[in-house]
Amino acid sequence: MNISVRNAETFEFTPENLTWAAGQLAKYPASRKQSAVMPLLTKAQEQNNGWVSVPVMEYIADMLEMPYIRVQEVVTFYTMYRQKPVGKHVIEVCTTTPCWLRGSDDVVAACKDELGIGFGETTADGEFTLLEVECAGACVNAPVIAYKENYYEDLDNDSTRKFIKAIKNGDIIAPGPQTTDRHKSAPEGGPTTLKEFCATPGGDS
Amino acid sequence: MPTLKIDGIEVEVEGGATVLQACEAAGIEIPRFCFHERLSISGNCRMCLVEMEKAPKLIASCAMPAGEGMIIHTNSDKVKRGREGVLEFTLMNHPLDCPVCDQGGECDLQDQYIAYSGDDARYEDERRIVAKEDFGPLVKTVMTRCIHCTRCVRFADEIAGVPALGGIGRGDHMEITTYQEQPFASELSGNVVDLCPVGALTNKPYAFSARPWELKSTETIDVHDAMGSSIRADARGREVMRFLPRVHEDVNEEWISDKTRQAVDGLKYNRLDQPYIRKGGKMQPASWEEAFEAISAKLKGVKGDKVAGIVGDLCDLESMYAFKGLLNDLGSSALECRQDGAKYGGRHRAGYLFNTSISGIDEADACLLVGTNPRKEAAVLNIRLRYLAKRGAIASVGAVENLSYPVEHLGDTVQALENLLAGKGKFTKALKAAKKPMIILGGGAVSHPDGAVILKLAHDIADKYGMISADWNGFNVLHHAASRVGAMDLGLVSDKGMNGILDGAEKGDIKLVFNLGVDEIDLSRLEKAFVIYQGSHGDEGVKYADVILPGVAYTEKPGTYINMEGRVQKAQRVIFGPGEARDDWTILRALSEKLGSTLPYDTIAQLREKMQADYPHFSNIDQVPNEDWPKSFGVAGKTSDVPIANLIDDFYQTNPIARSSKVMAECRQAYEGAKFEAEAMVTNG
Ligand code: SF4
Ligand code: FES
Ligand code: FES
Repeated sequence: MNISVRNAETFEFTPENLTWAAGQLAKYPASRKQSAVMPLLTKAQEQNNGWVSVPVMEYIADMLEMPYIRVQEVVTFYTMYRQKPVGKHVIEVCTTTPCWLRGSDDVVAACKDELGIGFGETTADGEFTLLEVECAGACVNAPVIAYKENYYEDLDNDSTRKFIKAIKNGDIIAPGPQTTDRHKSAPEGGPTTLKEFCATPGGDS
Repeated sequence: MPTLKIDGIEVEVEGGATVLQACEAAGIEIPRFCFHERLSISGNCRMCLVEMEKAPKLIASCAMPAGEGMIIHTNSDKVKRGREGVLEFTLMNHPLDCPVCDQGGECDLQDQYIAYSGDDARYEDERRIVAKEDFGPLVKTVMTRCIHCTRCVRFADEIAGVPALGGIGRGDHMEITTYQEQPFASELSGNVVDLCPVGALTNKPYAFSARPWELKSTETIDVHDAMGSSIRADARGREVMRFLPRVHEDVNEEWISDKTRQAVDGLKYNRLDQPYIRKGGKMQPASWEEAFEAISAKLKGVKGDKVAGIVGDLCDLESMYAFKGLLNDLGSSALECRQDGAKYGGRHRAGYLFNTSISGIDEADACLLVGTNPRKEAAVLNIRLRYLAKRGAIASVGAVENLSYPVEHLGDTVQALENLLAGKGKFTKALKAAKKPMIILGGGAVSHPDGAVILKLAHDIADKYGMISADWNGFNVLHHAASRVGAMDLGLVSDKGMNGILDGAEKGDIKLVFNLGVDEIDLSRLEKAFVIYQGSHGDEGVKYADVILPGVAYTEKPGTYINMEGRVQKAQRVIFGPGEARDDWTILRALSEKLGSTLPYDTIAQLREKMQADYPHFSNIDQVPNEDWPKSFGVAGKTSDVPIANLIDDFYQTNPIARSSKVMAECRQAYEGAKFEAEAMVTNG
């Protein structure tokens, strides 16, 4: 039964997000609007400072006419929905085997040192949250950090520090490989096959 | 109709059947945890693995549709090893705490481990622990034992219609829980205890009180509502420890309501275990002889027409028959069973039965509810209405309450019915389009001041919208009192109704009232009359009694009951009653002797023989009657705009047994008077 213990805080989409949500809902038949639960939660998380609170879940559930528990199932199943408040900048470090073999330990050490926090923690000023994640799907550029919508790849201790310092200073370093000159996941030193189809290294493909 | 070969046995099964069902058809048992006949297929436990030729891996037989020409092996080495592997994995995170687990002795995991496991477990690492969840006052949770079969989740969604349970987290961290630690607020919650294949969900009030092998089981019939659900009563010594459902496909399938299951402790408290007589304004313990003496002395000066008899909701046919015999012999004809003030009469049986039959609901495709909350009046029947809501439209006239499915509300006065009859409103279209529409009048409709008019309107609506045909009767009265149909059949109705008797007692026209278990009305109105109360519990009825005769409760006597469909069923004695309490008909028989007109039977067999001679249909055990549809019943007339309310406010407090139960009192608190108020939610079930 959905008599919720409603938190004092409430949640509501901004008018822009509401319009956006309507666009998502339009993709599905009215009787299947639950299908939109994941994109809506993602958007709500974004609006709610990066995490899904109880009022967020209930707002989305009400909007989609879903039992609250069904939405909670989704939120707790996918690790990219965060159930606790996070800092402004969420640094997700991959430590799965390929990244680990390629030195993710150094990356982790750099993060912990620069930020003074461990995994799952947020800095006291509420700026940074450090998270350990499983394979980010970019093993070819291991080790990898995911930040906002982007990947920072081919990292080592120094480049990681540089990356974090930049954020602290309000700059954002360009994503992609940080210690190599390769283009995205192309081989170092330029392509070895299919050369005629390849864009120039470093340029936009 | 595919044909399969299973372990060399050829079987043909219905299209759409699964391999598991085909195996069963071939007489081969397949172990399982997550599969359940009445729930959707989940296919997550893998215990049902079998080998299918040409398939590279073992298949989950519960989720594989049976196909033409499949060759299945269920006892090959590969299958054996597969099962062993599954069990080993299942037990990885299952605590080995059987000695302190209430499920011990009736645990699917225990049984299947003994039958299908390999060697000892090799697992040596730490096991996971899951913090306690709380499912409310009836279901005890030890979630560390959960094997994630999701039966309970599917039950909540699909059967109870209260999507309160879910599995949060994933993989090793998955936990079955309610949303934000709220209780599982369903009137059917106890059924998850039966469904849970392990000891994760157990019966909370019964916790640690008995082991299954200490119990003596008796198959009997429930009286907490008028469905006559099939139950099994488990007793140890002179105490009923618990109730479990029995399968009766046409009545309760395999579910029972929480009241049926958990009001069991009400049988222990507030019991009347000896006769009492009021002396100088105070109830004093007395012997049977003294009590009979007091009654007989009182009756000497009272003429038969100044005597009335009223019967309550939990009476068996035998005692009501003896009651009627006794009072008729005294010259009284003011006999009444409709304590809720229902307006149906005894003339037409079709006018007070649930004619469609409970399983008939499965054929219906539209339904009009009038003055009823089936969730509270017949919780298990409501499951079938939920299914109906998926096939066809359901509308209601009366108070709006959450029935766990969407209902179109047509208004709350009798006018709404008049409009329907006049062909007004959208719902008339749904009724016209339906092939097998039905109407259900609940307690709130038939006991409404205009109840007789409502009956007439309902009769005419049934006629007008094709609810009556050669093979379909869509007119239904939904009773909540187990004794009601039997009492109506016995003719325990008087012209002026219950109110007439109470008025009579107030005015002094009625000098003596014999009360057989009536506790639901304002009995202070009997103050002036001499009242004999016969019943099992010291509830409302005893407050204004002058003599109390201790009868026994439904578990303590053999008895016949007729459910709302008109189905005659026999209940059995599970244990003996407390102290001096006696089977009700024997008390009446003994009293009749004292009063000088002995009832003509000495044993229950003789009584039943006589009763069946008088009422031949009482011997049609477990059959649903097919009553003739009368031209008319009820009365035409003007109606008021008094809203049609529902009769039952609190599901957990509907009779003396439930009111005496501490567990029911807890439920009442936990669920805020059991209003089950939350919105009906759409589920994917
Ligand atoms: S609690 Fe019981 S019924 Fe529910 S998922 Fe766990 S094992 Fe299955
Ligand atoms: S292991 Fe790090 S991206 Fe795949
Ligand atoms: S019974 Fe088939 S997978 Fe559980």
